[in-house]
Amino acid sequence: MDSSSFLMQFAQQLINGVSLGSIYALIALGYTMVYGTIKLINFAHGDVYMVGAYIGFFATTVLGLGFLPALLLAMVGAGILGMFIERAAYRPLRNAPKIAVLITAIGVSLFLEYGSMLLVTPQPRTFPAVLSSTPIHIGGLIINSQQVLILGVSLFLMVVLTYVVNYTKLGKAMRAVSFDTDTARLMGIDVDKVISYTFAVGSALAAAAGVLVGVYYNSIDPLMGIMPGLKAFVAAVLGGIGVIPGAMLGGVLMGVIEALVSGFISSTFRDAAAFGILIIILLFKPAGLLGKNIREKV
Amino acid sequence: MLLVENINVYYGAIHALKGVSVEVKEGEIVTLIGANGAGKSTTLRTISGMLKPKTGKILFEGQDIAGMAAQNIVKLGLSQVPEGRRIFANMSVLENLELGAYIRNDSKEIKEDLEKIFKRFPRLAERKTQMAGTLSGGEQQMLAMGRAMMSRPRILLLDEPSMGLAPLLVKEIFSIIQDINATGTTILLVEQNAHMALSIAHKAYVLETGRISLSGTAKELAASEEVRKAYLGA
Ligand SMILES: Nc1ncnc2c1ncn2[C@@H]1O[C@H](COP(=O)(O)OP(=O)(O)OP(=O)(O)O)[C@@H](O)[C@H]1O
Ligand SMILES: [Mg+2]
Repeated sequence: MDSSSFLMQFAQQLINGVSLGSIYALIALGYTMVYGTIKLINFAHGDVYMVGAYIGFFATTVLGLGFLPALLLAMVGAGILGMFIERAAYRPLRNAPKIAVLITAIGVSLFLEYGSMLLVTPQPRTFPAVLSSTPIHIGGLIINSQQVLILGVSLFLMVVLTYVVNYTKLGKAMRAVSFDTDTARLMGIDVDKVISYTFAVGSALAAAAGVLVGVYYNSIDPLMGIMPGLKAFVAAVLGGIGVIPGAMLGGVLMGVIEALVSGFISSTFRDAAAFGILIIILLFKPAGLLGKNIREKV
Repeated sequence: MLLVENINVYYGAIHALKGVSVEVKEGEIVTLIGANGAGKSTTLRTISGMLKPKTGKILFEGQDIAGMAAQNIVKLGLSQVPEGRRIFANMSVLENLELGAYIRNDSKEIKEDLEKIFKRFPRLAERKTQMAGTLSGGEQQMLAMGRAMMSRPRILLLDEPSMGLAPLLVKEIFSIIQDINATGTTILLVEQNAHMALSIAHKAYVLETGRISLSGTAKELAASEEVRKAYLGA
């Protein structure tokens, strides 16, 4: 391989990696936001992503909706599901030991996976081609129009989220609850409500990722959330769990590493190498890339 | 204005408050003094809804607020500056103050109140966009007080505002408390610095291992032999 074709290949894998990574980032945001507020690793999050993909699937096939309305419907549906899961499964355990909540989360995850199998059969479904996929050639690089869509939608959602978290009253309340729940209460913040909204937002973002993946890979099934869920969780830890820009960075990095490994080494080796690299990064930065410990002065 | 009647508060099996009663009348500064672990913070946290008393009443302007959710008590006009300031360290000074006004929706008046706070605490005005966690201890105390004032409370509960501050700053903080009181806010002040607290308060209570052991006007208590020995080092 001469150096120019190497560079070409590198750039191509970078493009693939960033679009895959932005999907991981969307999922990772839900992990990190929920962890930030109630210190729970919501193991059911990957399955909410799967449910989002199915809502998108039925919205396009049964209801005949276009891409954007289907995406919106999936986001709203998953948002409500997320709020419901929090209300029914996690809130009653707010003061229970961590391990009880963690086991409940695994239970919710299994419930969603096998409940979906019962409801929609374990058979993979072919996601309809709601958008044509046209390769766009730039120089020697090929960008799929669907990759552009993935990037565009993810970027848009992340910009909106960043705005909401930094500049709106709800966003400030979320950050306050995340930093110090008791004091947030003293400010007059209804903590339960804020936690509920946090689940809604995180779940909606995961659903968007689910629909995008459906559009991109054409195939969805009830267990599709397990691997991306796991990777997005690692991405959130890599970026610094609880830190929103960290989840975005971690997700994109995860996607890029994965694409580079499968492009240059081997795609069977992809996950092992990706996780290996992440472990090495975490050895040097245990709090994650953007994770920091601000201590209060007393 | 605030009437705490015979409350009993437990942490699991620990009986932290044993029939505590406190009365604060409109316009007063009332102080609650006592040694470490006497139950001062527990009393304030129970009033502001962070803890639920097992028995007893807490009447705020006639309404029983015992066991009411903390966020709803703030809306009634009762605000607390918690022990250790508890500012939101990862947010700017301005954002901290805005969170203080969380229960309000009158954005124009919130702006005016912000100006008032910045006038009262010029050091905060200079540091509006600074991360609150990088403020000095005294500045953090001012921020915590400013934040509590942003909800326009009718009564302000302060938990050891002098903690960890140099004598000069303690004086400044206490004169600000007097000033806040003079502009119409009733104050319930918890302090270990009994000398300073008694010097600005109208009325005082002494808390000893979960019980009120003494009460009276601040003058009476400052003159009493017991208080002088135990709390004023005389
Ligand atoms: N979260 C808790 N769990 C169990 N016991 C507690 C808890 N908080 C306080 N206590 C106990 O309740 C008693 C009263 O504590 P409190 O914090 O009200 O004291 P304090 O008068 O504010 O003391 P200080 O001056 O040190 O702040 C103490 O014996 C303390 O150990
Ligand atoms: Mg205390």
